[in-house]
Amino acid sequence: MPLVRIENISKSFGKNRVLDGITFDIEPGAVKVIIGPSGTGKSTLLRCINMLAPPDSGKIWLQDTEITAPHTDLIKIRQKIGMVFQHFALFKHLRAVDNVALGLHRVKKMNRSDAYEKAKQNLQKVGMQDHGDKYPAQLSGGQQQRVGIARALAMDPLLMLFDEPTSALDPELIGEVLMVMQKLALEGMTMVCVTHEMGFAKSVANEIIFMEGGHILEASPPAEMFNNPRNERTRSFLHKINELYGESK
Amino acid sequence: MLESVIYILTNIPLLMKGVWMAVQITVLSVLLGMVIGIAVAFLRIYGSKNMRRLVSFYEWVFRGIPQLVLLFIVYFGLPGIGINLSPFLCVVIGLGLCSSAYQAQIYRGAILSIGSEQMEAGLSLGLSKTRTLFYVILPQAVRLSLPGFTNEFTIVLKDSPLAYAVGIAEILKYGRDLIVSSFRPFEIYLAAALIYFVLFQLFYYLFKAIASRYQVPGYIISGE
Amino acid sequence: MSFFAVLPKYLPDLAHGLWLTIALTLIAAALGFLLSVPLVLALLYTKGIPRMLARLFITLVRGTPLLVQLFFIYYGIPALGIRIQPFNAALIGFILNSAAYQAEYLKGGFMAISSEQMEAAYSIGLSKWQAVRVVIFPQAFRFAIPALSNEIIYLVKYTSVAYVIQVPELLSQAKFFASDTFFHLQIYFLIGVVYLLLIWVVSKLSDMLEHKLHIPGFDIAHLR
Ligand SMILES: Nc1ncnc2c1ncn2[C@@H]1O[C@H](COP(=O)(O)OP(=O)(O)OP(=O)(O)O)[C@@H](O)[C@H]1O
Ligand SMILES: [Mg+2]
Repeated sequence: MPLVRIENISKSFGKNRVLDGITFDIEPGAVKVIIGPSGTGKSTLLRCINMLAPPDSGKIWLQDTEITAPHTDLIKIRQKIGMVFQHFALFKHLRAVDNVALGLHRVKKMNRSDAYEKAKQNLQKVGMQDHGDKYPAQLSGGQQQRVGIARALAMDPLLMLFDEPTSALDPELIGEVLMVMQKLALEGMTMVCVTHEMGFAKSVANEIIFMEGGHILEASPPAEMFNNPRNERTRSFLHKINELYGESK
Repeated sequence: MLESVIYILTNIPLLMKGVWMAVQITVLSVLLGMVIGIAVAFLRIYGSKNMRRLVSFYEWVFRGIPQLVLLFIVYFGLPGIGINLSPFLCVVIGLGLCSSAYQAQIYRGAILSIGSEQMEAGLSLGLSKTRTLFYVILPQAVRLSLPGFTNEFTIVLKDSPLAYAVGIAEILKYGRDLIVSSFRPFEIYLAAALIYFVLFQLFYYLFKAIASRYQVPGYIISGE
Repeated sequence: MSFFAVLPKYLPDLAHGLWLTIALTLIAAALGFLLSVPLVLALLYTKGIPRMLARLFITLVRGTPLLVQLFFIYYGIPALGIRIQPFNAALIGFILNSAAYQAEYLKGGFMAISSEQMEAAYSIGLSKWQAVRVVIFPQAFRFAIPALSNEIIYLVKYTSVAYVIQVPELLSQAKFFASDTFFHLQIYFLIGVVYLLLIWVVSKLSDMLEHKLHIPGFDIAHLR
């Protein structure tokens, strides 16, 4: 059984139809990379999956729960789906370790000391154990993003969503975040990543999804996608990406 | 209830006699505050070190002293040292001085946020310093100060009824006179509040309209 | 007799006036703050009637002069058969005012926080009110501290308006003193200095609070 089933979802903002009949499954342990031009609805798709932006029509299942059904307990669902944001979205008034412990304490109702113990373990996973006492403003972008990942991981999610986690970073800081993501993938985490880091996509993705104008134009394993794109639009987009980000190894 | 509404409506015209006085007090106080405020803003930026100290002390004093206390110093206090001013002038001076301290801050903020590059750019084109000031700096400064100015204008408008305390015939005074004969303070003061509310909205939207008339992309000048 | 020879006899009265001024300020600031929180939450996080009522309340209070409000409360409401002491009338007026203004400042604080913070809070499973309480409010409050302390300074100044409805606060006591002794200029000058001192203390306390709550990354608050 797939971990997540997305069935024909659509969403509009006013007259702007941002998602137009998206369907795909996410198997447990899969790593999916979504690519596509700006404004095609990639972020919106991720935000549908954890119901931050509920779709107008279509259905989404997480295991055997239909999360798009009315009266679904979204708070329960969101605990099982971690999200990592383009601009990190750390809680700026809290230290790194507080950021990670917040959900454990307030949502999972763990007592303070257990929550902080677990928060520290998760900071360790992303190599941030020495910076727990710092406030977001005292951390570099790459460090902030790793705390963001730890915050999501601490909730023991079944699925992690990444929305361009490295696109706000200086080039020299991208690597440290990609390494953490790569490690997660190898440990078997199910992940959906919007990213244009093709090196990462090639080495860890099971499938690359190319979106344009609210549709999925092509979805195939990296090797096939890169060597033999079926769609003309995919071909020209990949070409542009290579020009922008450099040919990936 | 209905009878009260009718009473309020029939008496609003009588209170309206005070509106002109309220507007006069407000406009003149704001103008006085503007003249002093601009001078203080420039001195605070370009003055000598001692001058800067002096004017920031001035700002601190007139931002902190209650309008009514200043009004009493001018109205009751100055005659003691031989200076007799009309109540109207006292109110304008009292409100104007307090406003000047706030306006100085508004203009200083505007001038500072324009930055020295603009002046240099003007000079580099061969414009004189005064011309750059008039053609480059001022048009920007005015746009940048408009939201703060609008806010300050409405604050002075709302302080103008303090003139009542020195016996000036404005809206509240006419209200008082009506109450003496009718004993209906509830309706009268409601009507007075209504008149001020309408005045407030009128000026607020007038300045907003001016601001959007001169709106230039990149300058956010419409806000609260 | 000189000013300083007669002053001691009146000091207890003046001290009592000062005490009322401080009490009015502190109670109005504290209760106003308590009231401003539900107001701003209604404004930003509800729809329909609660939001409309909050908007209406703030617009009316901010759109009319304090003095007119005090007259309405003190002279107008008793006409409906409810008796109100001057101090309580003033207190009601100040609380409502400080609630409306503080709500507006807090709103500014809330709006300075990016919507991503709310999404991030949702994404780890916080409920809406949890998110507002533990993520949004602590940040909004820090952003709003300078504006809130300004509001207390305004309150100190505007308590003097309570003189007009016979609250025996500092300015009223000064007026009694002046009518007894004819030292107008001296006494108003003296209490002017007292008001300035009060305001100085408030701004020092607010700096201390800001310092105590300071977190790296929230320095923007100083720019306001
Ligand atoms: N909350 C919203 N309200 C209105 N329009 C929105 C909203 N969120 C997104 N949109 C619009 O939906 C479209 C798709 O946005 P989305 O952020 O999903 O694109 P994207 O593929 O993630 O683009 P990018 O690569 O720039 O991040 C855009 O045209 C955007 O303007
Ligand atoms: Mg996006």
